[in-house]
Amino acid sequence: MENFLYLLPEVFLFVVATILLILGLFIKNIRLINNLSIISLLIGLILIINQPYQSIFDNSYVIDEFSTVFKSMILIGSIASLMMFISSKEDLHIDFYEFPILIIFATLGMMVMVSSNDLLSMFIGLELQSLSLYVLAALNRNSLLSSEAGIKYFILGALSSGLLLFGISYIYGFSGNTNFNLIAVNYDTESLGLLLGIVFVSAGLAFKISAVPFHMWTPDVYQGAPTPITGFFALAPKVAAMGLLVRFLLNSFGEIYLDWQQIIFFISIASMAFAAFAAIAQKNIKRLMAYSSIGHIGFALIGVACVSSEGLRSLVIYLMIYLIMNIAAFSFILSLKRNDAYFENISDMSGMYKNHPFSTILIALLMFSLAGIPPLAGFFGKFYIFVAAIESNMTFLAVIGIIASVISAFYYLRIVKIIYFDEPKDEFDGFSIRSLNILFYTSSFLIIAFFIYPVPVLSVAEYAVRSFF
Amino acid sequence: MSQIPLLSILIFLPIIGILFMLLIRNNSDQSSNNLKLTALWISFINFIISLYLLFSFDQNDPDFQFVEQYFWIENGITYHLGVDGISVLFVVLTTMLVPLCILASYESIKFSIKEYLISFLALETFMIGVFCSLDLVLFYLFFEGGLIPMFLIIGIWGGERRVYSTFKFFLYTLAGSVFMLLAIIYIFIQTGTTNVETLLNYNFTRNEQIILWLAFFASFMVKIPMWPFHTWLPDAHVEAPTAGSVILAGVLLKMAGYGFIRFSIGFFPEASELFAPFIFALSVIAIIVTSLIALVQEDMKKLIAYSSVAHMGFVTLGIFTFTVQGIEGGIIQMISHGIVSAALFLCVGVVYDRLHTRDISRYGGLVNKMPIYAFSFMVFILASLGLPGTSGFVGEFLVLLSIFSINTYFAVFATTGVVLAATYSLWLYRRIIFGALIKDELSEMVDLTRREILIFAPLLVLTILIGIFPKPVIDIIEPSTKKIVSQIENKLR
Repeated sequence: MENFLYLLPEVFLFVVATILLILGLFIKNIRLINNLSIISLLIGLILIINQPYQSIFDNSYVIDEFSTVFKSMILIGSIASLMMFISSKEDLHIDFYEFPILIIFATLGMMVMVSSNDLLSMFIGLELQSLSLYVLAALNRNSLLSSEAGIKYFILGALSSGLLLFGISYIYGFSGNTNFNLIAVNYDTESLGLLLGIVFVSAGLAFKISAVPFHMWTPDVYQGAPTPITGFFALAPKVAAMGLLVRFLLNSFGEIYLDWQQIIFFISIASMAFAAFAAIAQKNIKRLMAYSSIGHIGFALIGVACVSSEGLRSLVIYLMIYLIMNIAAFSFILSLKRNDAYFENISDMSGMYKNHPFSTILIALLMFSLAGIPPLAGFFGKFYIFVAAIESNMTFLAVIGIIASVISAFYYLRIVKIIYFDEPKDEFDGFSIRSLNILFYTSSFLIIAFFIYPVPVLSVAEYAVRSFF
Repeated sequence: MSQIPLLSILIFLPIIGILFMLLIRNNSDQSSNNLKLTALWISFINFIISLYLLFSFDQNDPDFQFVEQYFWIENGITYHLGVDGISVLFVVLTTMLVPLCILASYESIKFSIKEYLISFLALETFMIGVFCSLDLVLFYLFFEGGLIPMFLIIGIWGGERRVYSTFKFFLYTLAGSVFMLLAIIYIFIQTGTTNVETLLNYNFTRNEQIILWLAFFASFMVKIPMWPFHTWLPDAHVEAPTAGSVILAGVLLKMAGYGFIRFSIGFFPEASELFAPFIFALSVIAIIVTSLIALVQEDMKKLIAYSSVAHMGFVTLGIFTFTVQGIEGGIIQMISHGIVSAALFLCVGVVYDRLHTRDISRYGGLVNKMPIYAFSFMVFILASLGLPGTSGFVGEFLVLLSIFSINTYFAVFATTGVVLAATYSLWLYRRIIFGALIKDELSEMVDLTRREILIFAPLLVLTILIGIFPKPVIDIIEPSTKKIVSQIENKLR
């Protein structure tokens, strides 16, 4: 029973979600449910920060520095997507009270993911998250694209879960344990079966972080799902799956990192290179953000491939900056609406600086930041990744990354070109929505002002790394 | 350290100006006038501060002065500023050109004046930062950050092919610079610091030096630019608005020359010595080839752009002789080119504002209608071709002198460049200014307005002053240059 006290944030969110689910049946006020969800997520955030560090349930569930930092990032992402939801629910035909509740359940799943230290709890967390996300992707029942996205995500997600389970069974079979730490003690370094298990589990997780070659679902799902949900996909699940991947690889197979390092190496290079070229031809801003996120995940994976405290630190820094940049990106995409109709084509944004001078400056700076141009936040993310890569003698990876970032600068610049250099169109009226403005201006401010005082982010990252090195 | 943080004020005053300007609405003539005045005053105050910096600068001290150092990212990467005799003049050059540019844009920028001025002030911050930073990461931050406002300046307010040019400019420079970033990271990991002062006394192994030198070189050669990576420059110049060209030629190119002096030869003397003949060859090719290309240009701005590449060839020649004379010559050449080419682009801007074409063949006989313009254009053209008595002569002469002592052949070829420069410059001048005024559309041309005279006067005075009495400039440069040269000699021994 004592163990459950340590689980206070998780238990709290579960109880709240259940209560809200029942409440929603009687109160038809979605805004109220949504606000209550945001408040409870905020309370959850406070509880997480104050959670005592402990490993519970026979060391299958760990609460440590790493999980705390990742959980905080996940909750911030969830809160942001709830704020996006409230601004657009009617116009996108997703005014269901289940939305905030599903988000809470998904968040709960992700919290379990980053804390789990056991193959079983890892799978439970992953499935709780995935099932909620499948429903969310198909939430707009009347839209063909949304339903297609939901089905696609479900089929490919189920396939990846299958792969994951298959890998889990191998690992269990060849080590006799499901606990990460016990696997590390018991495996037989000579056995090929274990390696097979690592490959399958990594492939399953690569699906979730949408790394090449397991990325195929990303563009379609990003485009088809309603934008607040796309924003959620880009924010929280990536962070959670990355955290899980790190804990799985480092805790159970930290000793034989040479065996799996090359897998990460490959998917990192493939993601960076593929995304840099594939994004150039995109016409839809959400698809473009999908490829952009594939590329960013490729960069973040360099941090994993380093297998060093520097590498892990750079990964956490990168994910935090990625989170901020994506909040900014999706809140401005949601602002692109005119008379209840949303615009997703990049060409719809042409010349928008005439009508929205201030927001357009911020969007341009966001694009430069995504491209990694100093002095914006995105540059520091890449900077630390490269520091880690060169320190671990992986200069090759850094060179590929540098080249990919120059190529990808092209498609970010194309957006700047379209919003500034092309012929202006009519005004958008989404730039006056308060909840979006809060998100957009705060995250833009963080992106621009990051270089003045980067210490907080760096020290948080350093703190998270303590769990491993 | 107890003094006022002069350099930080210089860097961040434009940012404060930007914040202030964001508060001004831009909806009427009155408010756009206010915006222009704000930007002008901010940049002018910055100029005054930089003059104060120049006069309180101790000429006999070869070390960095006005040093500021605060904790920034982590140990080893600090917010570290300072100027020595080499950089202080570039700071003043920058702060001088920015108000002139804003003055020059008073009439020619027709729309979105607020964004334009904001971009310019942001650019000023980055440019001053480049010359003041004594930390490699900080340097890179400013060096690359300058791309953002310049990309917008060319792309929004540029000419017809502006999108192509600005993309080319951005991607060329970015692709060059990222290798410098990798080199900086490597240095940081090897030495644990990116402090320039410490690194100047650090000895890299020979192999390290070669790789790192090449990485820095990739960045600077694109930026300065050296043949064969100069092709972005004519495009960018032609499409940029006048003030953009002025800044591009006046300051942005000098960042790379400054980088060569401070980093390439300062950190990696062995590699520099190894690659010096290579640089000489590229520079001489640049001088001759681009001068020949300049001869056949029909577009005034393109002609001046190609002449810039040739002039920068002299700079690199001088720097890589590793002699006091050569480096001093390179610096003076850069400063003189910063003044003269800026002025030449302004000259083009003056007639462009009136006739809206840069086609040389559309002009002719302007001296009849615009005597003051003809006179100032003449002074700058003569300075550009290096006539004794103008600033252009001093730098070129010192460079040629030093290269002659190293290698006669390179000196001979470089000198032919001077002859070619005279040819294309004078021919340009003849075609625009002299001859009979036969074209109808030119009959309406008016001479320089008071505002334009105000722009040209300081440049004119400086061109001649440095030409006939370069001693104050050399006095400022000399101690620091001597220190760099003796450091290199110590390391090579």
